[in-house]
Amino acid sequence: MITAEESRKITLNGVWKQNPGVVQILGMCPTLAMTSTVVNGVSLGVATALVMLVSGMAVASLRQYVPNELRNPVYILIIAALVTVLDLLMNAYLRDLYLVLGIFIPLITTNCIVLARAEAFASKNGVLQSGLDGLMMGIGATVVLAVLGAAREVLGKGTLFAGLDLVLGPQAAHWILHIVPPEYNYQFLLAILPPGAFIGFGFLVAGKAWLDKRASAPEASCATGHAKG
Amino acid sequence: MMTSPFVAQPMPLNRLMYRVIGALLPGMAVATWAFGIGVLVQVALAVAVALATEAWCLNLRRYPVRPYLADGSAVLTACLLALSIPPLAPWWLVVLGTFIAVGFVKHLFGGLGQNPFNPAMIGFAALIVSFPAQMSRWAAPLALAPADLDAVAQIGLIFTGHLSSGAGFDAVASATPLDAIRTGLLQRIPLADILGTPKFGALGGAAQQWIALGYLLGGLFLWQQRVIQWRLPVVFLGSVFLTATLFYWANPAHYASPLLHLFAGGTMLGAFFIVTDPVTSPTTPLGQIIFAGLAGVLAYLIRVLGNFPDGVAFSVIIMNIVVPFLDQYTQPAVFGRKKGGRA
Repeated sequence: MITAEESRKITLNGVWKQNPGVVQILGMCPTLAMTSTVVNGVSLGVATALVMLVSGMAVASLRQYVPNELRNPVYILIIAALVTVLDLLMNAYLRDLYLVLGIFIPLITTNCIVLARAEAFASKNGVLQSGLDGLMMGIGATVVLAVLGAAREVLGKGTLFAGLDLVLGPQAAHWILHIVPPEYNYQFLLAILPPGAFIGFGFLVAGKAWLDKRASAPEASCATGHAKG
Repeated sequence: MMTSPFVAQPMPLNRLMYRVIGALLPGMAVATWAFGIGVLVQVALAVAVALATEAWCLNLRRYPVRPYLADGSAVLTACLLALSIPPLAPWWLVVLGTFIAVGFVKHLFGGLGQNPFNPAMIGFAALIVSFPAQMSRWAAPLALAPADLDAVAQIGLIFTGHLSSGAGFDAVASATPLDAIRTGLLQRIPLADILGTPKFGALGGAAQQWIALGYLLGGLFLWQQRVIQWRLPVVFLGSVFLTATLFYWANPAHYASPLLHLFAGGTMLGAFFIVTDPVTSPTTPLGQIIFAGLAGVLAYLIRVLGNFPDGVAFSVIIMNIVVPFLDQYTQPAVFGRKKGGRA
């Protein structure tokens, strides 16, 4: 079973301390490619989190029976099977979103954060712990995708939540927020194009490091105070 | 008084930078004569933003602001960027570009001397990728301008986006010579007819050729002052010329003469002020030849076969990436030893 202390630690690790996006720097391909809008980023993040929740539990429950030498192919097969299920489900129920996310749904299989958690955590821990770890790591990745997507969408197009109708149906098409009034035709292509993803992601990593440094400043002031000459 | 060893002292950085800025003045003056006061407005805006950004970044990084601000490197970056963009472009374009050049390309990579890419060229590339429409809207040279465009009208156009008569930019817009060739060829107009329009002179664009000569003059001054060496600019210009000759020789009805490619677009500015940037170019002689040679070929290919108005900025950025490798693999033998370190 899982204790409250354990679950708190796993949650904190996944969402903040060991955040897969800005601390482990894993799964960069979707992080950079699918964050041109918040909706794209969060959708892919949630899909990844769901796969990680189930794959964590599946890998943990099979960990006694998988030969050590064959563990990687077996994990990949488990993950690929789950992604196929998700791929078919999204194709059936969220077809418009499915077309936007395109190849990045099947590519969740090769997202290294999924395999990394199977290898580093689920193969050594209980089923509940592993499921929670997968979910929290997935949420951690989703938060990064959401922040990066929001920053790029606001800077690049002056909107927020464009394309929400792809997820929530046609009535959500009006929920788009225009940060810059649409009549200005605001557009800053750099933020939408790949360089914007790299620059924005760099700032996120630096921002996380800066927050951590500030949080640990009181006890480590002697150590950091002289870091710069 | 000097003490031994009595070797030549390197020029202090600020004097070097101000000499390069001084060498830009002939080109800048000709550009102002050709396009009007807008050129100087863009330069002033860029310099102000560059100094403010530089001071802010230095302050954030807890560096002494005053000595670094006075070294002139930010001013030079600002001038190079301002001279690369259309003289009547909206004010926020040069402000944004300069902020990216100084804040992102220079200080995020570690400040003076640490940037792998030429700041002005990345600023230019960021602008042309993000705002292709505004960046390709050049005004006609004053001698060819259809509307009366005095200084007040130019400043108004930069800051408000329209003329006092209410007319927009289109009243004074005109494609650059390189753009005119590109779009003309797409419309199947014979090259000779395109080059016969008053837009073109004996060497390049009717106005642009004189600006290029101004940069050439400044470049020769820098060479005479030993601020730059001959290798980078000569190899760059030679490479553009040879590549252009090859294409011209293969199909003179479709490719403009090599001389035009030397005096059009950013070739001259690039050869003497961009390619020669000591931070972002190789230090070894062979490395410099490879760098400038490939940059020239790429500049021509991107200019003629690509979709952007000019290729110099992109070719320099691409070559900037390989500079560390060029430096590593082209190290000359230490004096007195054979290649490979043997005595």
